[in-house]
Amino acid sequence: MLADLYQEVILDHSKRPRNFHELADATRHVEGYNPLCGDKLKLFVKMDGDKVSDISFVGAGCAISTASASLMTEVVKGKSRAEAVQMMERFHDLLTTEKPPAANLGKLAVFSGVREFPVRVKCATLAWHTLISALTGENEVVSTE
Amino acid sequence: MGLAVKTLSEQTSRDNFPVLNQRVHDKPLVYLDNAATTQKPQMVLDAMNQFYQEDNSNIHRGVHELSERSTAHYEAARLKIQRFLNAGDWREIIFVRGATEGVNLVAYTWGRRNIQAGDEIVISAMEHHSNIVPWQILCEEKNAVLRIAPINQRGELLLDEYEKLLGPRTKLVSMVHISNALGTINPVAEIARIAHRHGVLVFIDGAQAVAHMKVDVQALDCDFYAMSGHKMFGPTGIGVLYGKAALLEKMPPYQGGGDMIRTVTFAKTTYNELPYKFEAGTPNIAGTIGLGAAVDYLNEIGLDRIATYEHELLRYGTEQLERIPGLRLIGTAREKASILSFVLEGVHPHDVGTILDRQGVAVRTGHHCAQPVLEWFGVPATTRASLAFYNSRQDIDALVAGIYKVKEIFG
Repeated sequence: MLADLYQEVILDHSKRPRNFHELADATRHVEGYNPLCGDKLKLFVKMDGDKVSDISFVGAGCAISTASASLMTEVVKGKSRAEAVQMMERFHDLLTTEKPPAANLGKLAVFSGVREFPVRVKCATLAWHTLISALTGENEVVSTE
Repeated sequence: MGLAVKTLSEQTSRDNFPVLNQRVHDKPLVYLDNAATTQKPQMVLDAMNQFYQEDNSNIHRGVHELSERSTAHYEAARLKIQRFLNAGDWREIIFVRGATEGVNLVAYTWGRRNIQAGDEIVISAMEHHSNIVPWQILCEEKNAVLRIAPINQRGELLLDEYEKLLGPRTKLVSMVHISNALGTINPVAEIARIAHRHGVLVFIDGAQAVAHMKVDVQALDCDFYAMSGHKMFGPTGIGVLYGKAALLEKMPPYQGGGDMIRTVTFAKTTYNELPYKFEAGTPNIAGTIGLGAAVDYLNEIGLDRIATYEHELLRYGTEQLERIPGLRLIGTAREKASILSFVLEGVHPHDVGTILDRQGVAVRTGHHCAQPVLEWFGVPATTRASLAFYNSRQDIDALVAGIYKVKEIFG
């Protein structure tokens, strides 16, 4: 259902993304790219020990990828690396499996409708792949392909 | 006119294209992605099926009945294509996988032999990646220079600027006939005349053209012309490279293998004559026969009739889309065919595409393998509706209704 995909929260975050700016004192920044639609985002992360003390992004993308990046920055702020990776896994399960959604997904549960639109899963996960890369320090540019 | 127009799409879509008679997401399918690939008429499906059921055999080598039949069908398709493009000689028709392979064949054979350090190849700013990357690879290898002829805000080639690029080092001009991203019809005969005045060869990428207009390679006087079968109602994996015989004769072979040789010894191999020199290995026989059937089908309807009908449909679609607030058409050339590429204020094309799909309307979203031209227009992606003669005004109306649905969701 389209209404499940484009929920109010998603539309709101796509039009008014939160933490949408560069971060001057970022300890790490990584670019994410989805060649399918040309979506690009640049993610800024400031680490305080093992914790994400601040996070922001800039870029241009579809409603799903922009809203996902926006909500992601909200939910991972203050989290440890391990917690962020675990959230990504739960989020990925929500989008790609029939498992009942994890109880502690919080705001991320609004993306449950994406499961019905398999080609849009990459839009929703672009920011998360980019984040994992920023946290593990593997690549400078992350691609969904 | 109105009646004739209705008749063409009604007759063709309902009876001849089985795939169009279906519902998608519980809505009647409205297929507007013809620039990506066209649907196949029953006639093409039947021809390929019949080949596999009755004649299947390898060609050019068996003495048995089936091989003779297969060879006859395969070569008959070549003659159909020769007439379709009005090539002067059947040996000028080389079967390849598609237009992309046609470009690569010329880049690898003619290009490797004739391009030297400092030489220049001219393409346009509106090329598909397939008419950019093979030349880039060649230029990198040879230390040659790729130059780009500019376009205006409508997406039209600037002929004066193009001519200024031609100099003593220019060896080849390679340009698209109809732009897949913009719909621009390039003045190919004029482009070729200008190039030849400077002693430069001309390659034309006709992938988007052959389904929409009559193409006469002798009248255009291009040196090479490439096309894809699947974009003209034929199967995937088959296409054609046309080249002037005098040029093809002098070119080295493309791939080595069976069928492209005359004699082979470990000391020396002599090559087969045209066109077989460029057709190594067992070709796509069924695909070639399917392409021949697609040519028959197009001849039956008539490309002039198709062009007239589609022109009218494009005019209607342009009018309807221009009325939608916040919609900007990308590509508004005065000579234009079959493409309605647009951006919608505040909505990413990918979201437009998903919402249209749920209304049963199939369009393409993204950069259409033509990133440089979209960058020139300052957009990362567009939504593209591309027409064929089986589309109707009702299809355009469904597109417009779908776009209003997008606007409703995005408020």
